[in-house]
Amino acid sequence: MLDANVAGSPLLVVENLKVHFPVMSGTVFQKQVASVKAVDGVSFTLNRGETLGLVGESGCGKSTTGLAVLRMLDITGGRVVFDGQDITRHDRAAMRPIRKRMQMVYQDPFGSLNPRMKVVDLIAEPMIVHDILPNRSARSDRARELLALVGLRPDMADRYIHEFSGGQRQRIGVARALAMSPELLICDEPVSALDVSIQAQIVNLFQDLQQSLGLTYVFVAHDLAVVRHISDRIAVMYLGRIVEIADRETLYKRPQHPYTQALLAAVPIPDPEIEATRPQIAVTGEVPSALRPPPGCRFHTRCPRATDVCKTEEPVLRDLGGGQMVSCHHV
Amino acid sequence: MSAATDTVALAPRQRGPVATFFIRLIREKPLGAIGAAIFLVFLFCGVFADYLAPYGVNQISPANRLKPPSARFWLGTDHLGRDMLSRILYGAQLSVIIGFAAATLATVISVLLGIVTGYLGGKVDLIVQRLVDAWMSFPELIILIVVVSVLGPGMVQVIFVLGLTFGIGGSRIIRGAVVSVREQMYVHSAQSMGAGTPRILLQHILPNVLPPVIVLFTTRVGAVILVESGLSFLGFGVPPPAPTWGGMLSGTGRTYMYLAPWLALAPGLCLTLVVYGINVLGDAMRDLLDPRMRGSR
Repeated sequence: MLDANVAGSPLLVVENLKVHFPVMSGTVFQKQVASVKAVDGVSFTLNRGETLGLVGESGCGKSTTGLAVLRMLDITGGRVVFDGQDITRHDRAAMRPIRKRMQMVYQDPFGSLNPRMKVVDLIAEPMIVHDILPNRSARSDRARELLALVGLRPDMADRYIHEFSGGQRQRIGVARALAMSPELLICDEPVSALDVSIQAQIVNLFQDLQQSLGLTYVFVAHDLAVVRHISDRIAVMYLGRIVEIADRETLYKRPQHPYTQALLAAVPIPDPEIEATRPQIAVTGEVPSALRPPPGCRFHTRCPRATDVCKTEEPVLRDLGGGQMVSCHHV
Repeated sequence: MSAATDTVALAPRQRGPVATFFIRLIREKPLGAIGAAIFLVFLFCGVFADYLAPYGVNQISPANRLKPPSARFWLGTDHLGRDMLSRILYGAQLSVIIGFAAATLATVISVLLGIVTGYLGGKVDLIVQRLVDAWMSFPELIILIVVVSVLGPGMVQVIFVLGLTFGIGGSRIIRGAVVSVREQMYVHSAQSMGAGTPRILLQHILPNVLPPVIVLFTTRVGAVILVESGLSFLGFGVPPPAPTWGGMLSGTGRTYMYLAPWLALAPGLCLTLVVYGINVLGDAMRDLLDPRMRGSR
């Protein structure tokens, strides 16, 4: 893919990733009656220091992709290769050294931090788990350093989490994720739960940290403005598949897939006159169930350009040049 | 940001966690402090019963049977002429020991069973909890009587049996709390960090199910003392003439209720006071141990 060789070997390679959740029936003797195909054949490559934005509506599998990369979910098919190492079938013990190197930032800064722990203990916990710093005072010093790094005062370390605002808590969540100096951060909608005024601060924090620490991000979001601001490349997901992947400028200037075009057209323009007169791309109906995804192109039930071929033949991701890949029969 | 608005005035003084806890108890939860005081008074009475009791615990005096409270017998005497005050004091020893030991055992069993089955879930949960169902479907008293008649009556047996019975039943409550905490994102976060199961159970699950644990413990203390009295009444508790409050209340207290009401009043009041004290102390502890409740009343 795009410039894969420029920054050396890619940090993360995801090939044809599938995550299916079984739907069980019966109380004592359970049998599988169906499966929810949350992620069904997702591939991408992520280079060191790069940010990949994953966008799509609720239920398209973007968070599931992030969780599967972290191996928090069982992978049904495909491969996840982290820094040259295939971790698809790693068990808990084998994952432990890898966990140090890939961390997660959660959407909800209220639920993802234990309310019974002090900030210093929250940030020090990963260091204890991975035996990084042996003594308490060294861990405490490091926690205070990390607080300063994410823009909080070191003396806040002795407080409990309920004393902080949403933005501050998200900073603490980031500090906790950084405690082990990871290489890859999976950010699962890290700003969606925050006020708009705070979102920009946190996005800027992510960018500053990326520059100073050389981090690599998978940035899951549904807010296109946020994704545009932070991502190098963006993958648009629909019903468990990537429908279009391109670098940021290309995707926003020349979106090719009808779904991407519809998504971008749905972003309101902050000018009532332009907003009222601009062309609308109508996407009607609901996202079909991931239990029974439609045959052919998964988007054909809602696509304004759908023809007969879309109902039967499944499009594949085709390279349009310049790193832009689209899966649509009509492009 | 809003960080500057909280307790800047409180200079960090160096105090042990226990001292800090008691100071906060008195300052923030006066009712809880009263509960603690009540409990300490009874504990003191129990421990020093040998010195405090004016008469021997089983010293009978046929000439002074069923005497009402007087300067000589502060709480009157029972049907054998034994001094009620002395028996109450010694009873504090027995009842408080039984109450606490059995409630502690019960809480430990509940927490162990509840946390393990609630967190691990799956087959372990299914099997263990069906056994709990089976246990709970027997009337408590039947189990108690069977076990005591096999092991014979005595204080240790009573503690063991009551601890086990209440513990297994209570595990369902703890399990329920664990199941809801297990799904919290901070538990997920610890898992994704690579934390092991023991660490997650002790650092994340246990502190967050502490409120029901404390309430379970404090209600159990009272329940144990009462059930022990029932057992004593049936002759399966701590055998007479040992002075348990329950025994006094349901034995002589009931028999002579109309003739000598002080026989029931004294142990009944003590029981009420201790149970009340432990309950308000438990409520206060629950609030004080929750960082979110800091500074609230």
